[in-house]
Amino acid sequence: MSEIDWNNPRLKVRGLRKHFDQKVVLGGVDLEIYPGQIVALIGSSGSGKSTMLRCINLIETISDGQIWLEGEDISVAAIDQDLVRREIGMVFQSYNLFAHLSILDNITLALRNVQGKTKAEADKIALAWLDRIGLADKAESYPDKLSGGQQQRTAIVRAVALNPKVLLLDEVTSALDPELVGEVLELIRDLKQTGTTIIMATHELSFARDVADWVVFLDKGVVAEEGEAAEFFANPKNQRTKEFLSRLQR
Amino acid sequence: MSDISQFKPSAAELERRRFRAQKRSRSIMVSLVSTLAFGLVAWFALTSTPGWSRVNASFFDWNTAVTAFPKVLDGLWLNLRVLVFAAIGVLIFGLLLALMRTLRNPVFFPLRIFSRAYVDFFRGLPLIIVLYLVGFGIPGLRLPGVGRISTELLGVIALVLTYSAYVAEVFRAGIESIHPSQRLAARSLGLSYSQSMRLVVLPQAIRRVAPPLMNDFVSLQKDVGLISILGAIDAVRAAQIQVAISANFTPYLVAGLLFVLLAIPSIRFADRITEKFAKREQVGNAL
Repeated sequence: MSEIDWNNPRLKVRGLRKHFDQKVVLGGVDLEIYPGQIVALIGSSGSGKSTMLRCINLIETISDGQIWLEGEDISVAAIDQDLVRREIGMVFQSYNLFAHLSILDNITLALRNVQGKTKAEADKIALAWLDRIGLADKAESYPDKLSGGQQQRTAIVRAVALNPKVLLLDEVTSALDPELVGEVLELIRDLKQTGTTIIMATHELSFARDVADWVVFLDKGVVAEEGEAAEFFANPKNQRTKEFLSRLQR
Repeated sequence: MSDISQFKPSAAELERRRFRAQKRSRSIMVSLVSTLAFGLVAWFALTSTPGWSRVNASFFDWNTAVTAFPKVLDGLWLNLRVLVFAAIGVLIFGLLLALMRTLRNPVFFPLRIFSRAYVDFFRGLPLIIVLYLVGFGIPGLRLPGVGRISTELLGVIALVLTYSAYVAEVFRAGIESIHPSQRLAARSLGLSYSQSMRLVVLPQAIRRVAPPLMNDFVSLQKDVGLISILGAIDAVRAAQIQVAISANFTPYLVAGLLFVLLAIPSIRFADRITEKFAKREQVGNAL
């Protein structure tokens, strides 16, 4: 892979705040991610991981701070949110596949209606992806006939097929049976090989250590500690980080 | 082991089946006896009532029924035509009204207000008043360039005006019943608000409201009889004429029964699709 240009982050976040009424969920967070990187957001429930991703995808109105996508400020009020979301993919904990559409149509819906591809082009792209994740024979099935792991992999592929500049994964394995987690993580590993830029909120710490380039530990809405994955897990410096890791890692 | 053809039920399962079969035949016996007893009592109570012979003569006269039947059937054909056009009109206009309420662009604010006001107004307004206003009011205007408007058309207009308000509410409830996560997923794929409405929410909503829509259809089916007050010779009016001729109420009963017969397939169909949807909820077949 080509050298990373450290002067041009794919996505940059500065001083991001999110308040729900009087509650401060994000208290000024900085983050950047470079092309082809995986950044893992870790932290206990309620630490602000999901809110952070939702703010980046402009699902939540931010309370303060700025977000740049490839140097363009996407946090200005007049931004066309639909255009931004076309560039940023997001996958949710609960898959959210479209219940009335087949697996194939779930993937092609946005290819056709957002990117304006013909049905033939879209089908070709979708089938290639389904083949890659071993679900080609399920193309005509409906989501409720698939296992959780298969649904979640479809949901990830639905987002990646659009070639987003950044892919946001919001605890994509948290709703899965332990035996189905592996296949989803395998797909993410595979995406890293092909250079997808990913920010993932996760509880899978050993997976984060394996694949993430950078780990950010959020605690009560602020970055308590961050660093390169190997160093972060080997030598946590912050007291809160140590507690968090010791409770979850065994 | 998982091959069903190899499966031999255990003694415990056989005992359960024997017990259930016994219970089932006993329930059938009990229900037969009780229905028979109930029917006998009802029949006896009815026929031994002092006025029964007079009731019988003025409501259940066979000869009157036979004479009235062809005329009433002719009238029913008119009701059917009105029903088909009204049902199509109601679906289209009702869906339009529901969609108007989902529009978010400020340009469409008047449409949103209109839809709300319309639904409030026509849900409250008695159908019979709408029929009078449309059926007698519009022809009364003697609109230039418009010839005589047929009573059937006026009836269809009145029914569409009223029923669209109900159907719009059904559609709206369907739209609101789709879990927000479906829209969330659509928007995060870059689909616009109206695209996610059209491609994701609506198709699911329409499927979901099929059972309540069928109920509205059943009630429309009998309300088409109200066009008789506009003077159209439909089943009800034909029956009325026969009643006047024979001085006997049996023709009303004939017309009524025809309406019921017409409704039964729709009612059964409505039950069937409701059941189909309920099955998806998986209650468990032991309950």
